[in-house]
Amino acid sequence: WLLVCLLLKLFSAVEVQRPRGVPLSKRQFYEEGKPFTCLDGSRTIPFDRVNDDYCDCQDGSDEPGTAACPNGSFHCTNAGFRPTFIPSSRINDGICDCCDTTDEYNSGATCQNTCRELGRKERESLQKMAEIAKEGFLLKQQLIHEANRGLEDKKAKLGDVQGSKKDLEAKVEALRTVKEAAEQPEREAKERHLKAWEGKLSFKSISPSTVCNDVSVPELLSHSELDPDADGSFTEAEAQGLLGGVDKVDTAAFESIWSNVKEKYMSEVRHYTSFFFLINSKFHVKFILFNFGFGICFRNLEKEISFDFGPSSEFAYLYSQCYELTTSEYIYRLCPFNRVTQKPKFGGSETNLGSWGKWAGPEDSIYSVMKYEHGTGCWQGPSRSTTVKLTCGKETVVTSTSEPSRCEYLMEFTCPAICQEPPNLEISSHEHQEL
Amino acid sequence: MAPLLVLGLALCLSGTWAVDKGNFKTCEQSAFCKRQRALKPGESPYRALLETMELTNTRLTLQLINDNNKVRLLLELYRLQGNITRVKINELKPLKPRYEVPDVLIREPTTEPLSVLSQDENGVVLSLGVESQRVIISARPFRLDIMEGSDVLMSLNSRGLLAFEHLRMRKDTFSYKVTSTVASVWDNIKRVFSSQADPEAEKKEEADPANQAETTKEEEEKVEDGMWEETFKSHTDSKPNGPSAVSLDFSLPGVEHVYGIPEHADTLRLKTTDNGDPYRLYNLDVFQYELYNPMALYGSVPVMVAHSAQRTTGIFWLNAAETWVDISSNTAGKTVFGKMLDYVQGSSETPQTDVRWISESGIIDIFIMLGPTPKDVFSQYASLTGTQSFPPLASLGYHQCRWNYNDQEDVKSVDAGFDEHDIPYDFIWLDIEHTDGKRYFTWDPHKFATPKEMLQGLMDKKRKMVAIVDPHIKVDGNYKIHNEIRSRGFYVKNKDGGDYEGWCWPGSASYPDFTRADMRAWWASMFAYDQYEGTMENLYTWNDMNEPSVFNGPEVTMHKDATHGAWEHRDIHNLYGLYVQMATAEGLIQRSGGVERPFVLTRAFFAGSQRLGAVWTGDNAAEWGHLKISIPMCLSMGLVGISFCGADIGGFFKSPSTELLVRWYQAGAYQPFYRAHAHVDTPRREPWLFGPENTALIREAVRQRYTLLPYWYQLFYRAHVTGEPVMRPLWVEYPQDLATFALEDEYLIGRDLLVHPVVEEGARGVTAYLPGKDEVWFDVHTFQKHNGAQNLYIPVTMSSIPVFQRGGSIIPRKLRVRRSSTCMEHDPYTLYVALNLQRTADGELYIDDGHTFNYEKKEFIYRKLTFANKVLSSVNLAPDAKFTTDSWIERIIVLGASKPSKVTLKTADGQEKQLEFDFDASMSVLTVRKPGMNAGADWTMTFQ
Repeated sequence: WLLVCLLLKLFSAVEVQRPRGVPLSKRQFYEEGKPFTCLDGSRTIPFDRVNDDYCDCQDGSDEPGTAACPNGSFHCTNAGFRPTFIPSSRINDGICDCCDTTDEYNSGATCQNTCRELGRKERESLQKMAEIAKEGFLLKQQLIHEANRGLEDKKAKLGDVQGSKKDLEAKVEALRTVKEAAEQPEREAKERHLKAWEGKLSFKSISPSTVCNDVSVPELLSHSELDPDADGSFTEAEAQGLLGGVDKVDTAAFESIWSNVKEKYMSEVRHYTSFFFLINSKFHVKFILFNFGFGICFRNLEKEISFDFGPSSEFAYLYSQCYELTTSEYIYRLCPFNRVTQKPKFGGSETNLGSWGKWAGPEDSIYSVMKYEHGTGCWQGPSRSTTVKLTCGKETVVTSTSEPSRCEYLMEFTCPAICQEPPNLEISSHEHQEL
Repeated sequence: MAPLLVLGLALCLSGTWAVDKGNFKTCEQSAFCKRQRALKPGESPYRALLETMELTNTRLTLQLINDNNKVRLLLELYRLQGNITRVKINELKPLKPRYEVPDVLIREPTTEPLSVLSQDENGVVLSLGVESQRVIISARPFRLDIMEGSDVLMSLNSRGLLAFEHLRMRKDTFSYKVTSTVASVWDNIKRVFSSQADPEAEKKEEADPANQAETTKEEEEKVEDGMWEETFKSHTDSKPNGPSAVSLDFSLPGVEHVYGIPEHADTLRLKTTDNGDPYRLYNLDVFQYELYNPMALYGSVPVMVAHSAQRTTGIFWLNAAETWVDISSNTAGKTVFGKMLDYVQGSSETPQTDVRWISESGIIDIFIMLGPTPKDVFSQYASLTGTQSFPPLASLGYHQCRWNYNDQEDVKSVDAGFDEHDIPYDFIWLDIEHTDGKRYFTWDPHKFATPKEMLQGLMDKKRKMVAIVDPHIKVDGNYKIHNEIRSRGFYVKNKDGGDYEGWCWPGSASYPDFTRADMRAWWASMFAYDQYEGTMENLYTWNDMNEPSVFNGPEVTMHKDATHGAWEHRDIHNLYGLYVQMATAEGLIQRSGGVERPFVLTRAFFAGSQRLGAVWTGDNAAEWGHLKISIPMCLSMGLVGISFCGADIGGFFKSPSTELLVRWYQAGAYQPFYRAHAHVDTPRREPWLFGPENTALIREAVRQRYTLLPYWYQLFYRAHVTGEPVMRPLWVEYPQDLATFALEDEYLIGRDLLVHPVVEEGARGVTAYLPGKDEVWFDVHTFQKHNGAQNLYIPVTMSSIPVFQRGGSIIPRKLRVRRSSTCMEHDPYTLYVALNLQRTADGELYIDDGHTFNYEKKEFIYRKLTFANKVLSSVNLAPDAKFTTDSWIERIIVLGASKPSKVTLKTADGQEKQLEFDFDASMSVLTVRKPGMNAGADWTMTFQ
């Protein structure tokens, strides 16, 4: 114990006068020789009971430099690195916690002062990160610019679509009149009417191709009236059949699909003898397709515009992109704002690890984490979900995946869009030098 | 990813969250149990041939004859040191030797002389030497009564249920040719037939002239279903040795409470089994076990403890085969005492418990432990099978486990999480996924590429790790362990003589024959640091699946006709798990050159497993009922020697609610083995994942555990020396208090801490029974004093569970909780002195290095702390022991104190000093400030 006291004195002589474990900011409460009042004000004790290895204060403030209080904390100056507090239970426990070794003054542990080394490494890595951040941030500015332009385009497109929809609605209205007229029972006129109908209402005239991007299986699935075998269940395979065996098609291909759909409707229509009914059916089909086509386009555009792509739409470029990472067993695929999947490397079916849910970072950096939810269910467990952690980088790339908990995946993803404007480097290195 | 197998197995075993009982036999489905249980009490066919009696200084032998088939048995009776009577019954001339369980008794028990007091043609009376204890052997029918004075303590074969199926030649009978495909038809035929062969109906049959042609011999040899072959589900047991079951009944006059025979998920006090199955002892891997039923679980200790206000006794049935235990209670009219015992009248008013043991093979070898106190029974049993191993201190800390910590990075981040949230822990655990394809003794080359680096990282923080090593060995020609075992011929053999193969975690697996001493020695050598690569001294071992679990075997275990040398698996089954742990513990001892104490956790166990390490209650579930049952399950194990018991904190299957998890941490902090564990399919549940409030609650629970480690440690030392349980039912300390006999929602740790965990959801309060008419109890959280012999309602919040310190005790604690127990090694003690009504208290303080066997070389401090006449003193209990400690006494807290005017400390060197103190008058708590003496020193402290 005497040795401790001596050591204490020795240290105190080198440092600014204050009891062991007290930060500079609290130095004024520990005045040598004067009675010490616990920082919570609960009691006052003689100064020689400060750091005497017995806990007198409820708040632990009389033992900043010993492990005597269960709730105390010890301040390491860590000259050359960052000062820090550690729980006082880590004082003299034989484990070096402070890089300046001050926490192990009486345990026999041989600690090396690593503060300078740590400081250097930290500066280096900060510098590196700052460089990445700087470049990343430049890229981000570009992304923001592009995103804004893209967004305007899309808004304009949406306007166009709305405009042409209106036009076409008017046409349809007109045709409806024709159709209603045609429904007047005039057998002689039926050929003429039919031609008029077909002529005016050719597929092209209401093709959504001018505005529509894609038509996909899930979108078709929501139109059960297109079910080819009308068995009450419109399956994915069936929808895929309609689309010519692929998951989704662009508009050019959609036109060819129309013929499939038309076939189906025509064939059904053959069961009926009434010409008017035929007209009626065809009108119905086209009307559906009309709404269908525009509906998809609206939804897609509206959806895209409505996504939260970050405060400056910097994440917009990730939309409709996919990024892969191959591990020893699986190929992981992240399609931002859409979904995450996992596919065995050596064959086997794809597993959905979650569909886009929300931004889920902590309050101060909500855009640092993406959450994908409601993936394929686990046996006796929850449905799979994936947390994507975003870090600043020049490249947009998935860097790692793991499954920390059953069916809860974690993905590390770097991209420039998350980069923050780097702080001024000169100032920070200046600060370090001062220490 | 969990192996598909798990999924498949799980799906096929369970659609709901309950055990599929259909996978496990009932007594009715276990041929020998059915056969034996069909015997009705009554006239026993066994007669003692008194003329064959031989008495030497150490034993009495006597032949018994079955008058039905004339087969003779040899009875041996020994008086053993410490008030134990051993009775062995075997065939006089068996066709081939019958299995006698080795390696369970720690030594051949020391015998004491017996003498004949009187003898006539009806029986013999022997003196047992102490307290007018006598054994009365009645000749016709054979019966054995142990008496003390005029009290019958225990009777054997009093209901005439002794049965000993002698080994016989297989005859080329009709049934022999019956193939399994037509078995069911034959089944029905014979069911009719055998029901006529019911003993009760036997007399009728004898009278029937058609049957008179048969000799008694032939009649006995009627082949019943299941004698030579038995099929359960798709598995056929070939039974080459035919029937070999043994059975015996015991009557316990005056006894209404029997305990023990773990492992069952059932009440502490055993129930009668008249209306259901007997308790079953057959080590099985039961998927999602159900509560409150007598089904077999992972381990078996065939020891029953009988207790009444007058006396405690025990029965140890040393047999490792499948065993069933029937219990029935009172009796009126069922049991008729023999003529010689007529003076024990009013039997209809005397409560009585009757017990019957049935085992599939082996011999009858029983140890009757005659108490008379609970602690006498514990020491009697300990003298036979040994005491609890003395665990490394760190293993009494908190263990963090999960199936699985995925990789080294994961281990590192969980480790860091504990520091970040300032929660202490000592061990982090790795389940099966850490291996290279479930090849034990290896590491996954990607996930655990540098295990030594990981272990060093833990060692730097004075923490440790446990990695699993299961006894099923992957059949893989590129796997060193497999090749070695195979080439040495160490595998268990199937009935056809090839290496036994079954399905387990690695897929196809074989099972080393741990019954072989040479196999165990080889296995132990595999733990050497140069054999088990990537290991260091802070890596310890966990043996799971050692029932053994065989996914595609009958009842998820090994075929009974598999062979271990000369013996069938049938004979040794319940012993297999003990041998696995024995070999593993030996390996850990050897790798340190015999210096370090091992730590090995096992799931399967048997009598004697207490010598080898810790046991947990297997794959429980995250349900309140499972939290609740953990108390009686561990109490039951403690009564039969296994003190180091715990349940998976939080529950293994399913996901606990936050409230359940917190309550489980609080309860587990006061159970001997404190480990959180979780199934691979459950969400993560490290203590900090439930919000800061709950993290704080869990932190507080774990910290309470750590402050009490000195007390836990000295209790384990006591358990190691005496065999008394660490966690014990109240009746052990209050044997005459009937109110305590069935209590299982509260218990004692040692003698001095009473714990009443909160095991109900949303509980606002609990009612605790505080025993002892003249006792007082202090709430350890508030220091509030309560009188004994009352039911006390205690309101509870989420912050803690009710714990009381007994007035009259002194408990040492270390209040400086650090990140692991090892970090606290040199820390000072605070003594909690709780005064009783006589204003006295005593306690102990045990200190050693915490991890080596040097305590066996008397390197420890063992002191008696006494408070009497206002003087607190520390006296050396082991003057010949040597150990020095840096630890000192930093504080003394006296509960129930009055205010002294001064407190003086006198140390061994004669120096005196006045000590400062605080007195809280409202709670009568006196706190003495920093007396400062070394914990190993003599001192006295006077309160004037």
